Amino acid sequence: MNTEIFLKMENIHKRFGSVVASAGATLEVAENEIHALLGENGAGKSVLMNILCGVLAPNEGSIVFKGAPLKLGSPREAIQHRIGMVHQHFMLVHNLTVAENYMLGQGSPLRLIRDRSELCDRIRALSDRYGLDVQPDALLEDLSVGQQQRVEILKVLFQGIDVLILDEPTAVLTHQETDRLLLLLRDLVADGKTVIFISHKLDEVMRVSDRVSIMRDGRVVRTVKTAETSPRELARLMVGRDVLMELPREPVECGQVVLSVTGLSCNNELERPAVRDVSFEVRQKEIVGIAGVSGNGQSELALALAGLLPAKSGSIKLNNKEVTGMCSTAVRRLPLAHIPEDRHKMGIVLSLSLAENVILHRYTDPPFATRGLLRFGAIAAHTRELMRQFQVKASHEDVAIRNLSGGNQQKLVVARELARNPDLLLINQLTRGIDIGAIEFVMQEVLRQKVAGRAILLISTELEELLAVCDRIFVMFGGRLVGELPPDRGRLEELGLLMAGNTAEAARLAAATG
Amino acid sequence: MDDIDIRPPAPAKLYLYDISTSIRIRSLQRLRAIGFPIAAVLVALCAGAALLAINGFNALDVFTVMIGGVFRNIHSITEMLLIATPLILIGVGLCVAFRCSMWNIGAEGQYYAGAVAATFFGVHLNGLPAPLHIVLILAAGSIAGAAWAAIAGLLKIYFNASEIVTTIMLNYIATIATSYLVTGPMMEAGVTYPQSTELPHALRLPILLPHTRLHIGILIAIALAVIVQAFLFRSSAGYALRVVGINPHAARYAGISVRRSVVLAISISGALAGLAGAIQIAGVDFRLYQNISPGYGFTGIAVALLAYNRPIGAIFSGILFAVLSAGSVLMQMNSQVPQVLVFVIEGMVILSVVAFGALGMRAGRSAV
Repeated sequence: MNTEIFLKMENIHKRFGSVVASAGATLEVAENEIHALLGENGAGKSVLMNILCGVLAPNEGSIVFKGAPLKLGSPREAIQHRIGMVHQHFMLVHNLTVAENYMLGQGSPLRLIRDRSELCDRIRALSDRYGLDVQPDALLEDLSVGQQQRVEILKVLFQGIDVLILDEPTAVLTHQETDRLLLLLRDLVADGKTVIFISHKLDEVMRVSDRVSIMRDGRVVRTVKTAETSPRELARLMVGRDVLMELPREPVECGQVVLSVTGLSCNNELERPAVRDVSFEVRQKEIVGIAGVSGNGQSELALALAGLLPAKSGSIKLNNKEVTGMCSTAVRRLPLAHIPEDRHKMGIVLSLSLAENVILHRYTDPPFATRGLLRFGAIAAHTRELMRQFQVKASHEDVAIRNLSGGNQQKLVVARELARNPDLLLINQLTRGIDIGAIEFVMQEVLRQKVAGRAILLISTELEELLAVCDRIFVMFGGRLVGELPPDRGRLEELGLLMAGNTAEAARLAAATG
Repeated sequence: MDDIDIRPPAPAKLYLYDISTSIRIRSLQRLRAIGFPIAAVLVALCAGAALLAINGFNALDVFTVMIGGVFRNIHSITEMLLIATPLILIGVGLCVAFRCSMWNIGAEGQYYAGAVAATFFGVHLNGLPAPLHIVLILAAGSIAGAAWAAIAGLLKIYFNASEIVTTIMLNYIATIATSYLVTGPMMEAGVTYPQSTELPHALRLPILLPHTRLHIGILIAIALAVIVQAFLFRSSAGYALRVVGINPHAARYAGISVRRSVVLAISISGALAGLAGAIQIAGVDFRLYQNISPGYGFTGIAVALLAYNRPIGAIFSGILFAVLSAGSVLMQMNSQVPQVLVFVIEGMVILSVVAFGALGMRAGRSAV
């Protein structure tokens, strides 16, 4: 074993304004291995790797590479140190050929035009060496996503790198393309390269990596040898929050069915199937959880239920009324409140004030508006009341919501949605990006809402969160609901297996434990 | 894991709901709304002064001649306000479009559409009582401008065509169509000059000050600025439009129709540009010519930008650009400063407005 440290990122901190993306992450990568970086969306994987390839500069922390400290000012410097990254969104120009894309940023354009045929030969040679099937004269926009990715990988290899970083390379690939990519990674390592690849898919991490580092909340929580771990353990490390209060729960009798979903299927933005034949019901005074590693169709399910994504087939009934295929403005009138997954993108309007954010759905409703005009007195009074009830820390309701911490923003979103007095409360990622105090507060509020008679659907990647409040938990994998379990800590293993897509093993375990 | 923070939640801070905080926030917003544009104009004037100095002119003298000339007497002031009227109307309209993130570059064409419609109904319609007829002319101009702009809005929502491109193209169509109309179908009989028949005297807008050309258009412009300001910031529809402009995802989530808002916003801005064209016909030109606008539609963009998309601010920025425009003629006449140099200064105002605008947006995001 080599005693010299090949690559070590130590105590890396990165903040964007008030958002902490990396909170003292430490990562060690050995030479000539495939190192997987596993974690949920927003765990800080991409940020950490963008620091390693020179795109972002850390606020604190150091990098040691091949025994010497490494300070990077730009991706170009990283490439000089033979570190290169294939980004999730390819950095390619669509109306240029493959060869022309490789020329970009490669010294004098005149020389490159002269040497064009030589360049093409070199591309072909390298492509053949790894069996990449890249044609230098092909126009980028004519290539499939999988082909474009190979072009991008070859581009980085072409720059002579030793350390290749891939950011969620399989997210855009079909099954066959994924297989092919994983084989390629093995070839690269056989050729002496080191590969770091970011993923939140357990199966491919298990299949291809030598070691896995699991990230959560901006930190690397554990690094394990792949051979010595299991998908189950990885799933738990990834999604389980270890410290969570026991919330007191009183047993309540469920009421009528509020939400009934039958055979629902829908496509994602890229027109790929995301939700497949999903059926379930949520009743009054019931919290139903949907667990799963992110990217298994939960986001699309939530959007479809909220009327923001068209259903391909199946039906959604709310209070026994068909709501499938309803127009987007009618959604506002439904007895449904939705706490969306991405606060900044959807839940709030950052540059508007707290008061203006509170009336987002109700800007035409009395008492906030009468005869088409906003009633600022009523809006301010209502906002202050919500701020008081939910302990939103802000100096004034006229302050832009941008200035609040994530936890306070989320509390205002929760407050706003609950104040709409919904029959169904649809929550996707209740506690993402908020501090532990706020987590406890909003979770207790959700329990109170249940007792008050609402039906609640809680979609979460945090197992502990689901276990703490849910009455039933479904597991979603590959767009399907693959199992239903009670919120029993004793069946964590089964949950982990289901989340990893290992249905057969889970069934065996369930049978064994009775 | 091992290092997760489990502090108890911090005690809630004091809530400062008192009136003083509210006043402080409001006055801060107001300071920014006024301070930034003034700073932008000062920077541009300094740059302009440097430019004049390089060309051997005494900048102070030139500016004195310019400002002094524009405010020389009642007559010169009213002439300046005649230029300000269309600039304010167009600028106010563009505030609405820009607030909804619709980059309407087509106010020029919408102005032409309004002028053509106003002339048509002014010349070809008979027998209406004059006041009603005037109202009808102005309404026709607004509707024509709104319809012309709505084309770009509809192309955007149905084909995702960039409104920047389509509105620019619609400008060409409108100006060239106007040329065709005044040299063909709408040309005055018996003359060789490309112009339409004159509007009847009774249809001229009432004069505000005797012995000047100043008509009631400026009052209409100021009143509309106030109304549109209230629409944007105090009405439900204006709120929806602003949410669409800032965050269309949030708008969709809230059940606000993005498509409807987008078409509404650009139509309102078109209506105001069209009204400006109609007022120009009924108040100043009384007939249609080929070049009825010296680029008001484009200067209007700068008017809205300098006002930070606040309609009431557009009253002041509209007047500022009118002063620059009227002053440039005087500068050429009295100081022998070439008029092109004034265009350069106008350009600098726009540049520094954009620069300060970016600054203002950033500051606005963090505190407003």
